[in-house]
Amino acid sequence: MSFVLTEDQESIRRSAKKLVEERAPIAQLRALRDTNDPLGYSRDLWKQMAELGFAGMTLPETYGGAGLGLTELGLVLEECGRRLVAGPLFASLLLGGGAIDLAGSESQKEHWLPRIARGEAIVALAHEEGRRHSLYEVAAHAAPVGDGWAISGEKTMVVDGHVADAIVVVARTSSGGRDGLTLFLVPRDAHGLDVQRRATIDSRNIAFVRLGGVHAASDSVVGIVGRGADVLDRVLDRATIGLSAEMLGGMQEAFEQTIAYLKVRNQFGVPIGSFQALKHRAAQLFCEIELVRSLVAAALRAADAGSDDVALLASAAKARASDVFVHVANEAVQMHGGIGVTDELDIGLFLKRARVTEMMLGAAAHHRDRFARLSGY
Amino acid sequence: MTEIMRFREEVREWLQAACPVSMRAPMVDERDDVWGGRRGAFASPDQRVWLERMAERGWTAPTWPTQYGGGGLDAARAAVLEEELKRLGCRPALKSLGVWMLGPALLAFGSEEQKREHLPKMARGEIRWCQGYSEPGAGSDLANVQTRAVLDGDEYVVDGQKVWTSHAHVADWIFCLVRTDPSAKKHEGISFLLIDMTSSGVRVKPIKLISGASPFCETFFEGVRVPAKNLVGRPNGGWTVAKAVLEHERALISRMRDARASEDEPLGSMAARYVGREGSGIADPVLRDRIAQADIDALALKLTLRRSAESVEAGRGPGPETSTFKLCATELSKRRLEIAVAIKGFQALGWSGDGYAADEIATTRAWLRSRASSIEGGSSEIQLNIIAKRVLGLPD
Ligand SMILES: Cc1cc2nc3c(=O)[nH]c(=O)nc-3n(C[C@H](O)[C@H](O)[C@H](O)COP(=O)(O)OP(=O)(O)OC[C@H]3O[C@@H](n4cnc5c(N)ncnc54)[C@H](O)[C@@H]3O)c2cc1C
Repeated sequence: MSFVLTEDQESIRRSAKKLVEERAPIAQLRALRDTNDPLGYSRDLWKQMAELGFAGMTLPETYGGAGLGLTELGLVLEECGRRLVAGPLFASLLLGGGAIDLAGSESQKEHWLPRIARGEAIVALAHEEGRRHSLYEVAAHAAPVGDGWAISGEKTMVVDGHVADAIVVVARTSSGGRDGLTLFLVPRDAHGLDVQRRATIDSRNIAFVRLGGVHAASDSVVGIVGRGADVLDRVLDRATIGLSAEMLGGMQEAFEQTIAYLKVRNQFGVPIGSFQALKHRAAQLFCEIELVRSLVAAALRAADAGSDDVALLASAAKARASDVFVHVANEAVQMHGGIGVTDELDIGLFLKRARVTEMMLGAAAHHRDRFARLSGY
Repeated sequence: MTEIMRFREEVREWLQAACPVSMRAPMVDERDDVWGGRRGAFASPDQRVWLERMAERGWTAPTWPTQYGGGGLDAARAAVLEEELKRLGCRPALKSLGVWMLGPALLAFGSEEQKREHLPKMARGEIRWCQGYSEPGAGSDLANVQTRAVLDGDEYVVDGQKVWTSHAHVADWIFCLVRTDPSAKKHEGISFLLIDMTSSGVRVKPIKLISGASPFCETFFEGVRVPAKNLVGRPNGGWTVAKAVLEHERALISRMRDARASEDEPLGSMAARYVGREGSGIADPVLRDRIAQADIDALALKLTLRRSAESVEAGRGPGPETSTFKLCATELSKRRLEIAVAIKGFQALGWSGDGYAADEIATTRAWLRSRASSIEGGSSEIQLNIIAKRVLGLPD
């Protein structure tokens, strides 16, 4: 495992950076938000991403993917994070697509993965139910009926659920905590499936999903009945690491914009960046971000190497990224003064994205608890 | 087999044969440190043997040229040596401010004569050095040093006072910052001078620390005559040399913290011992969360050190993350020791004697000692100033 980027990785980073800079200015996110765009993401940008091979980056080549690692995808997500891109890349590739890739049947893979890789289909994952991330507390249940299952329940925080062509739903097929969970691949037009878009502070595309006795055929099970948690753990570790990479991009951008402002804003006849009270806080943020960068890089590489400490590093990275992104965003707003709390300036958008990503897939305390458990204390 | 693999085998074999078994046991306390010097006694015959054997190969200063007592190794081979020493669990044969801090500066700025005179004695552990930078009026504002050195023929006459001079009472020589031009701007009137501590007019007074140890001193100079050839670099060009030394010092302090942390008992198991378990976790959830935070930060720091080292190895030079090391390492080690004290509770309040286990007293002393780490070698605030200025480019 090396932290130094290879030539190929450098070139992926460059093309992602170029694409995002040219095609996804933050103004795009604003326009989607202000026009209440029904999709909530830019079709044009998504098409470009698919053409560059980003949409199926980590999927196997046999299914039309690029067969690259999470490390490479992490570079793309980091650049997306810098511009607060609200595209389906994260959810489709790492959540819904991730589950199919890891545990799907041959026919599920053949049907969905090439479409995901071409950017033609989006598959979401519906796992959250409560007020905060809690993986195994699942009330949604699936009862056997005839040749399949009837699923009922409610799901929240379903990323890109409203534009998904299919949703992988986590439901309980027998009692127990971690045991007894099963994943079902439910097409968007299934009878009894109700998807409502939610307007979140950061204009990320989040949906609420209600399942009223949705019929799922027996071949719609992803993986093994009752063993869904094994798949979920692995899918969410990878997604958690990917999300942390995105957050790293966001905090880096908010930080750089703030440093730039400290140099140009004058008060008392001098740049505010000459005040030590601000300098020291800025330098602290720099250190914090560098530490997050190392954890994210190590977690991405551990996932690619399939090493034993993937879960530990995923939790370490997300715990730190959550705390630091929120801290950086709070400080960024404060150091901008009045303009920092206006909708006109982009900084506030980072503050909002920070809070949403902080809670997605588990906030810092959740991941420290998991880190401690994995460390044996 | 590549040359480097052959080198590794050779090193491994040699170490197996040369490193006495007792020098492979974990270090227990300060008596296990070998600092050398004319007044340095060896706590065991094996310590002497181990030092002599390593010094003979130049491996107490692996990357220095062989003509100056070094091992002449390139970076890759030096890394192999370090790995193999670690693998066998070998204790450091020699701890030395000379090798760590002054040596690299002499290699860069010293005259041929100075290198030949001083470097081999450092590498062999014959001469122990101390660092005479700080003064009562020159701490963080180091360039404010007032100790005067006036040229008189081919000698400088030195008058003034240094303070916080670590190990001055056991050192043989001192490298000093002295003012040679009081009329110049403060950074431009300083010279870097090497002084024999046995010179007449040098006086040393130990100071006791809150941890009870007395590792540093006040050092007084009264009319001390120092040969002019002991000036390193150009006259009034001492600040450049001083800064180079400081950079080595900061890197060193962060590495030492890192090494120490890996030897200590993990906080998680310490807490399980002292506060017990509830289910599978530590009984106190608040403490458990603090430990997890500190462990995650320790992991992040370790990875950051590695990321930086890899970047250097790949020829991309040290990244800006390097500036964070001293600050993060010392702040983290202070935090970890605070937690250790919280875990041991009343048992961490003992100073000496009955009722307290040796490891409890050691934790307490280490905690007290750790408070100095974010002051020595440039305080945390000074590190933040440096990051703000050099990395972030914020205006003065
Ligand atoms: C254990 C130990 C060993 C040492 N060994 C040696 C040695 O061998 N040789 C040697 O020469 N020195 C040694 N020192 C001295 C050390 O380098 C100084 O203590 C250090 O540089 C701080 O100087 P000071 O103690 O005068 O504190 P001061 O400079 O007076 O600092 C007091 C406080 O003010 C803050 N401060 C100062 N300037 C600024 C600023 N510009 N901005 C913001 N905050 C500021 C500091 O961070 C600190 O919190 C040692 C110190 C310790 C603790």
